Amino acid sequence: MKLGLVLHEVHRGENSLARMLTRLSATHKTDHEVHHVARDIAEWSHQHVRELAEAAAHHGVRLDDEPRQEPAAAEWLREKTGELVGRRPETGLLLLRDLRRTYLKAAEVSVDWELLAQTAQAAKDAELLALTKRCHPQTLRQERWANAMIKVVSPQVLTT
Amino acid sequence: MGRTDRIAEPWGRRTPYARGEAWPARVDTRLADGLAPEDVDRWVQSASILHSNGDGLDIAVKDGRIAGVRGRAGDRVNHGRLGPKDLFGWQANASPDRLRRPLVRQGGELVETDWDTAMDRVAARTRELMEERGPSSIGFYTTGQLFAEEYYTLTLIARGGIGTNHLDGNTRLCTSTAAEALKESFACDGQPGSYTDIDHADTIALFGHNMAETQTVLWTRVLDRLAGPNPPVVVCVDPRPTPVARAATVHLAPRPGTNLALMNGLLHEIIRNGWTDEDYIDRHVTGYGELRERLEAYTPEHVADICGVPAEQITGTARLLGTAERLLSTVLQGFYQSHQATAASVQVNNLHLVRGMLGRPGCGVLQMNGQPTAQNTRECGANGDMPGFRNWENDAHMADLARVWNVDPLNIPHYAPPTHALQMFRYAEEGSIRMLWISGTNPAVSLPELRRIRSVLSQDRLFLVVQDAFLTETARLADVVLPAAIWGEKTGTFTNADRTVHLSEKAVEPPGEARSDLEIFCDYARRLDFRDKDGGPLVPWNDPEAAFEGWKECSRGRPCDYTGITYAKLRGSGGIQWPCDEDHPEGTERLYADGAFWSRPDYCESYGRDLITGAPLEETEYRALNPDGRAVLKAASYFPPHEAPGGDHPFALITGRTLYHFHTRTKTARAPQLQAAAPEVWVEISPRDAAAHGIGEGDLVEIGTPRGTVRARARISGIRDDVLFLPFHYGYWDTGGGDGPDGAGRAANELTITDWDPVSKQPLFKTAAARLRRVEAGGGPAPAPTTTASAPATAGTVPATRGGAAGEAEDDLPATPTGGSR
Repeated sequence: MKLGLVLHEVHRGENSLARMLTRLSATHKTDHEVHHVARDIAEWSHQHVRELAEAAAHHGVRLDDEPRQEPAAAEWLREKTGELVGRRPETGLLLLRDLRRTYLKAAEVSVDWELLAQTAQAAKDAELLALTKRCHPQTLRQERWANAMIKVVSPQVLTT
Repeated sequence: MGRTDRIAEPWGRRTPYARGEAWPARVDTRLADGLAPEDVDRWVQSASILHSNGDGLDIAVKDGRIAGVRGRAGDRVNHGRLGPKDLFGWQANASPDRLRRPLVRQGGELVETDWDTAMDRVAARTRELMEERGPSSIGFYTTGQLFAEEYYTLTLIARGGIGTNHLDGNTRLCTSTAAEALKESFACDGQPGSYTDIDHADTIALFGHNMAETQTVLWTRVLDRLAGPNPPVVVCVDPRPTPVARAATVHLAPRPGTNLALMNGLLHEIIRNGWTDEDYIDRHVTGYGELRERLEAYTPEHVADICGVPAEQITGTARLLGTAERLLSTVLQGFYQSHQATAASVQVNNLHLVRGMLGRPGCGVLQMNGQPTAQNTRECGANGDMPGFRNWENDAHMADLARVWNVDPLNIPHYAPPTHALQMFRYAEEGSIRMLWISGTNPAVSLPELRRIRSVLSQDRLFLVVQDAFLTETARLADVVLPAAIWGEKTGTFTNADRTVHLSEKAVEPPGEARSDLEIFCDYARRLDFRDKDGGPLVPWNDPEAAFEGWKECSRGRPCDYTGITYAKLRGSGGIQWPCDEDHPEGTERLYADGAFWSRPDYCESYGRDLITGAPLEETEYRALNPDGRAVLKAASYFPPHEAPGGDHPFALITGRTLYHFHTRTKTARAPQLQAAAPEVWVEISPRDAAAHGIGEGDLVEIGTPRGTVRARARISGIRDDVLFLPFHYGYWDTGGGDGPDGAGRAANELTITDWDPVSKQPLFKTAAARLRRVEAGGGPAPAPTTTASAPATAGTVPATRGGAAGEAEDDLPATPTGGSR
């Protein structure tokens, strides 16, 4: 069974999505909504990492239950840089680039949750299926959020 | 006829009445000193402008000047009563420091000029920017205090003429959560309830709503019920000991930022006990399953931990709300300006939906407004909405709007939600908005994190136009200042928080060369020569009544239908509630009477948003909820505020208002009685916290957050421990500073955080972490009123707030009630 492979993939993806959201939050501190909401919903991915590790353990797969965090110093540096350049129009383009990456990462994680759900269905694994039902909708909300922010920001960035 | 000191007794004399009876009339009058009613030359119909209640009144005119006001006994809203701000605020119209001529910046200074020079400058800069940077380089930030005709004209110019998506009101700060909560639950804006629900309710619940201070006359109606037979139960949720809390049967004072957890806990108990109307839920509501699932975790004990409210109080309150037979709920800034604003306010709607308590006498929700004409900002499309509650995501709606305006649909930006105010300031900060036109509002005092706001507004690259009656803090930073006529000096309609439309007629000429906002906008449209598809003028009107007729056409067939209203019908009337059309010629008292909601996907104003991320739902997602004519129950989980108290900043700082002032005091500080009642900023501190910091009543203290500091005198009040309250009214125009602090800060918004509810985009003024230190002894009590939430913790320890002879107004109890419930 390739379940271990899929679990590893979702776990890796959630860690990476959480880091991306945390970086997005720090880099774009002067875009206040992005700053706050990205941090709020990074917490969903952290929670997913913990739940994945717990479920994986029941299947004999070892995954770290501690979400990988960015070092505090790096985050501080990112925030300060963000504040310094936050008044320049180029920050709009950078924001758009980072939102686009976040959206694509969330879409990737979403596909992996789909794979996990299908695997759980086929294996008649109720516990795993419940896990995907809890977590996957939040991944979709992260994806939709990034998409919605792109919709709001892009006309201003690309036409003025 | 009696006389009452209305500064000392803001709600005046009691006229008790029983449930189901008509509220007796009481006619309040205040005239200039020495003037008798028979000496008045003319009485001119209007309504109150310094709050959202919409109290009908007549303006007294003597020798071409405003000389007083008198409540209209036959008005459905107030039955003749007026509040202190109405009784005394009119004096500001005649202030010697009104703006009389346009000003332009020359060599760094603002100098007087004529209208042509000022407007040519505005028009020229508009044209330049349109050519060089496109329409998205221009933004408009308006208010909740103009008239419907003016908002509609501005919307037509901005959205249909220039084609910018950047038009919002300061209503963003006061009422956008009300609108959004209604859109989430009912898929459309529109107040479900009516003020007359107070006459019929057996339980009135006020959620973060200090009605006694923000809508004094509405609170008078509650007080009169409380003084009569079979008084209602009153539930109050507020961290401060407001007059509402003092009158309440039960007062819950949750930790700031935890409203959603509290609401979830109350709903959890109501559903667990089966205090629900399953039949109503089956027939009229969708989303019940998800709501129940989401509420499972919110046991009274868990919620007690989060909110710092005893579990028994939560179960007891749930019982009151769950067993009420006629429940009226009201919501305001305590929810709207706090963490998870929309999610918490939506739960109040949910309470009424699961209990099937909507659309019947006494069963209503009032998602309140803060400003007199906020409802019109929303309806007319000047508050980040589209006119007539059209849905920006629905192409058919936008095509219909283009038909009304006779423009190409592509000319009206609708590729994203209309830009909200805080986002506009961000675009100005990063330099993509280069012209900002601010009308009737004072962001240099009222927006969060003032140091940042001042730095945005004073950039050289930003062309700032300010249209106001006074040289406000914001106007001092402008490139062009346009002197505006105000209430009493121009004609127009406005709509209060329970959908009552009033006509406000011009009583006197504006000072100097000041012009109405409508004239200014029309002049701008002419200078830019905006045209419709057939080459006709885009703005085909020049006077208020013609603009109103234009707005009526735009509202036709939409929920806020005005087509049955005319100026003639409003003259002499006691107010008309929309929708008012052929089928409802006298208006509509309550919405959703038969459980039929405006939520059909092709009709609704909004498909809703994610209550946590704020992302708009798309049409397909909305259709999947199966909302066809049903209301939507939306659930959300609580999470802690972004800036939680702790460490160096152990206090939760909340800001708010006091009964005697409105906004940044541009008018109320110029009315001597109101100014004397609350002359200077103060901070409220609990007795325990004051003792811990060695602070006595009236001592000067400093409040700090990561954004700045404010110095204020301490009022030791009954506020919740670990919470500080600062009124937000006090800026710098009447200090040496002018537009900003000269030394220590005075404006509460020096301290507030730039953070907003991602759903309604309303800034959070009630969640910041603060520190406190004593500076020096004060030598007397704090300059805070004793009649209000700022009353001292121990009564009688400081002199009572009084107006004396200057604060007196007449109150007349007519022999036969002329008001009556409709």
